[in-house]
Amino acid sequence: MCSLCGILGCDDHWSSAVARDGVYSRNGDRLSRRREAAHREHMVNCILALRRLRLADWRGRAYVLSTATGKVRIFDSLSHLWPEAEALSGGSFDPLDPELLARLQAQS
Amino acid sequence: MTEFDSNAPTTINLLTGFLGSGKTTLLQRLLHDPELAGAAVLINEFGEVGLDHHLLDRIDSNVVLMKSGCLCCTVRGEIADALLNLHSLRTRGEVPWFHRIIIETTGLADPYPVLSTIRAHPVLRSHFSAGNVVATLDAVNGHAQLATRQEALHQVAAADSIILTKTDLATADAVNDLKAMVRAINPTATVLDAATAGAGIIVDLSLAPERLLPAEFLSGSQGGISAHTQSVQSFSIVTDREIDWTVFGIWLTMLLHKHGDKVLRVKGILNIGEAKPVAVHGVQRLVHPPVHMSGWPDGDRRSKLVFIMQDLDPALVRRSFEVFHAGSRASEMQAVAIG
Repeated sequence: MCSLCGILGCDDHWSSAVARDGVYSRNGDRLSRRREAAHREHMVNCILALRRLRLADWRGRAYVLSTATGKVRIFDSLSHLWPEAEALSGGSFDPLDPELLARLQAQS
Repeated sequence: MTEFDSNAPTTINLLTGFLGSGKTTLLQRLLHDPELAGAAVLINEFGEVGLDHHLLDRIDSNVVLMKSGCLCCTVRGEIADALLNLHSLRTRGEVPWFHRIIIETTGLADPYPVLSTIRAHPVLRSHFSAGNVVATLDAVNGHAQLATRQEALHQVAAADSIILTKTDLATADAVNDLKAMVRAINPTATVLDAATAGAGIIVDLSLAPERLLPAEFLSGSQGGISAHTQSVQSFSIVTDREIDWTVFGIWLTMLLHKHGDKVLRVKGILNIGEAKPVAVHGVQRLVHPPVHMSGWPDGDRRSKLVFIMQDLDPALVRRSFEVFHAGSRASEMQAVAIG
């Protein structure tokens, strides 16, 4: 726990696991962790942009999700990302939604 | 006597199976195997009187009986408490040291909430790790149970090993039909007869490729669909494209967020552009920590994913996978061009 802000624990989502024996993770060293975080932020923002949301990393400790009008949600695990994004945007982020897929295809 | 690392996470195995499918009988026999010396047992009983634990006298001091009924709806808190209590008793030396816990679920339990509790609880996840899930299936009634009971279906889909019981009471044809049915639901599981199943079904956590995915996927399948019923299908994606690990993580997390209750199981070996492949496997919304495997099964470097899905269109999942991963390449190129 951080003694200044009181934030408990850390993100141990399977796709960004805490580096430990037997587990694949890109969080093994500082550079690799920051490179992966930047890449993830970029890729997630490609999807969030469809509903005018934006994700930012907060010092590697938390995620800040914001709307174009300034509403903000802060959370500390990637597992909260999509529920928070849906709550904030009022829309769905369904990877099987043909409209979402068409827009992603158009974007690329 | 075997020495165990007291700092290593304690493995938790689930023994599941529909009502009357022979879970306790199997457990009784397996517990006599020296490989399971030092295993504690948690039993979840459905009903007011918990009888089964009296049968497990060999490990009586470590048996904690949970009497509140079905794990999937009422016992998540209790199972966490029971595990924490066992951990605490062990640490204080009040029970013999154990390095493994076997949880025998009720016949009506879906394994997912138990696995999820182990993974999501902030204390449990530091001290325990999920091991093999073993499901018993009654050779006489299994056919009907799989056809009509969601619980039985979820148990078989979540299992790493499926143990057919009472095969001596069924005809050879009925057993073969049941095996075919099981393979259609869960092609990645090991299917064994209870008479020949040893402690290895619980102990073996090998991530050898041939244990992770069935031979037909490892030997060059192009991907396909195997239907158990119209609603439950096992379905595979095989691609020779290098997978962007980050994009895969985003895609699967989104998919499980929206459709996790319909993705009964996912397992795969991924070529993420590194020297060794990464193995992923999950049950419904729970994905276990990914494992960097020791090597490729053969010269085949393709990524292979197997899904067991209920009421989801495989073609749509495949298209989504392709759009996301095609998009990742384009975005990479765009990012490079801008940078």
